[in-house]
Amino acid sequence: MSFLTELPIDLAELLAEVAEPDHGGIATFLGTVRNHHRGRGVLRLEYSAYTPMAEAECARIAAEAAARWSVAVALRHRIGRLEVGDVAVAIAVASAHRDEAFVGCRYAIEEVKRRVPIWKQEFYSDGTVAWVDPTRVEKSGIAEGVGHGGWSAG
Amino acid sequence: MSSPTIPSVSVRVLLFASYAERLGREVLELTLPTPATVGGVLREVRSLPGGEQLPARPLCALNLSHVGPDTPVSGGDEIAILPPLAGG
Repeated sequence: MSFLTELPIDLAELLAEVAEPDHGGIATFLGTVRNHHRGRGVLRLEYSAYTPMAEAECARIAAEAAARWSVAVALRHRIGRLEVGDVAVAIAVASAHRDEAFVGCRYAIEEVKRRVPIWKQEFYSDGTVAWVDPTRVEKSGIAEGVGHGGWSAG
Repeated sequence: MSSPTIPSVSVRVLLFASYAERLGREVLELTLPTPATVGGVLREVRSLPGGEQLPARPLCALNLSHVGPDTPVSGGDEIAILPPLAGG
């Protein structure tokens, strides 16, 4: 099973992966492509990855959540071209009780964003293209670099 | 014949996304004197044409795991220099 996929994500497949008779709940998160970014119209995205490391990092995140909260974790991230509204990332976390499912799901998406080597190119309605840098913050309408945590990840 | 040779290590360096565009390539083979570190690899890459556009302290990975600049590197290691992550 791969965590990265070039095909549309099938949520039912993730739900089936984590289903167990002793589970009482499944928390899910779907990240979708939005049509705007910092005031600009977004037409589509293109995700790329350092595939072997992205796979390894997703496996580590799923294992960490499983060990910490006794949950089952299913995770997928799209790579390649995506259109507005497409599901880019999907996470399903199942557990005996809902608290662990919610907290495990939140942990998984936050760690995916923080640690998994995936990059996103946005194609804007004005015809321009840019690599997205979530570490840059808006200030007076101008994006300014503020560094990105340097060596701290991992 | 005993001409002294400086001990060195050869490593593979991967660049991605905006960093690959700035250097104009995705893979580099570098040879560094020992003892070598991830920070030393980074200094070497930043000395290449286009490399000066990389930040001084980018995210780096060694053999598929995030590491800091002081991490030692050995022959055959794969070092990746990672632009700001944008998954999710």
